Amino acid sequence: MFKNFFPNKILSINNQFINGLIVFMIFIILLGLAYSLFISPKDYVQGDSVRIMYVHVPSSFISLGIFALIGTGSIFNLIFKIKFMPLITKSLAPIGTIFTLISIVTGSLWGKPTWGIWWVWDARLTSMLILLFFYLAYVCTWKFIINFEKANKISSIIAIVGLINLPIIKYSVDWWNTLHQPSSITLTSAPTIHHAMLIPLIIMLTGMIAYSLIIFLMKYKTELIKFKLNKNKNNR
Amino acid sequence: MFNRRVKSRIFFLFFFFFIAVLIIFFTLKSLEDNVVYFFSPTEINNKFEIPFNKKIRIGGLVKEGSINREENKMNFIITDLKNEIIVFYEGLVPNLFSEGKGIVAEGRLNDKKYFIADKILAKHDENYMPPEVSEALEKSN
Repeated sequence: MFKNFFPNKILSINNQFINGLIVFMIFIILLGLAYSLFISPKDYVQGDSVRIMYVHVPSSFISLGIFALIGTGSIFNLIFKIKFMPLITKSLAPIGTIFTLISIVTGSLWGKPTWGIWWVWDARLTSMLILLFFYLAYVCTWKFIINFEKANKISSIIAIVGLINLPIIKYSVDWWNTLHQPSSITLTSAPTIHHAMLIPLIIMLTGMIAYSLIIFLMKYKTELIKFKLNKNKNNR
Repeated sequence: MFNRRVKSRIFFLFFFFFIAVLIIFFTLKSLEDNVVYFFSPTEINNKFEIPFNKKIRIGGLVKEGSINREENKMNFIITDLKNEIIVFYEGLVPNLFSEGKGIVAEGRLNDKKYFIADKILAKHDENYMPPEVSEALEKSN
């Protein structure tokens, strides 16, 4: 499976595959939106303002998931020095940053009608903001440091240190008293969310993962081409 | 598979990671009072040094039947099913503020039993269900 990420193979991932993925993603997202906005019921406490959850929760999952991938890839980067790994982590970062932003903004929009406030400095929200800063630092490192190896080393260290933040974000609602409610979906117990609301959540999550994959593949192809061009330039 | 260079890189990585985790753990532990967003009535009850004139937050459930309103002023009881605190408040409350539901009040402690709030936030739990399901659950109880 890893062979698919090798430069030669990925450049041959022709546009047909990505186009197919785009069609799939559009279909899934439209289905998810139909469920989220119209078909699914309103909540017994929050009424219709619960529908923001169908964007907020998947983007939070994706934001954390992508950073976990970047952090793990960075560990491999520093230890094993695999040639294409920095390009993979570099290509994951932009879409991860966007979903972190979406999570924070939609969360804020959800908080005002339910909690009564746009933002609080509780453990969950503060640690998510810190994640956003880590993402921004990671992206800026690649953007502003010209030397590839130096950018790779510094960004990898940023990502690895940022990994510590991930369990803090996840367990913040269990370890401390927070305004943000505890998790409704856990690995160890049954979901506390009704199936009529769980289904649109999963549909939206699938669509947004497909979107992340599309953006990642497009950026990865670009980075590979840039990398090969630079290599040829330096070898001349 | 692992030559000496790779082995020493792995070692250093783990070592610095471990140190970073320790630093963060002890920082968060010592800042605990600032990291928690609110105290529960039981935590207030058990604390030795109560900050009587510092702004703090108390969270819990609004006790059933405890809301009293008089024009703009109101008082009610926050409970965590083990201890209670009486709260005085004057002003607007969020839509989700109601008896039996979660709440966070921000203000000052008068003494261990009375709290004067200047802001009220509603806290909702992690349960999501349609209204019909909730009514059916209540009926069966």
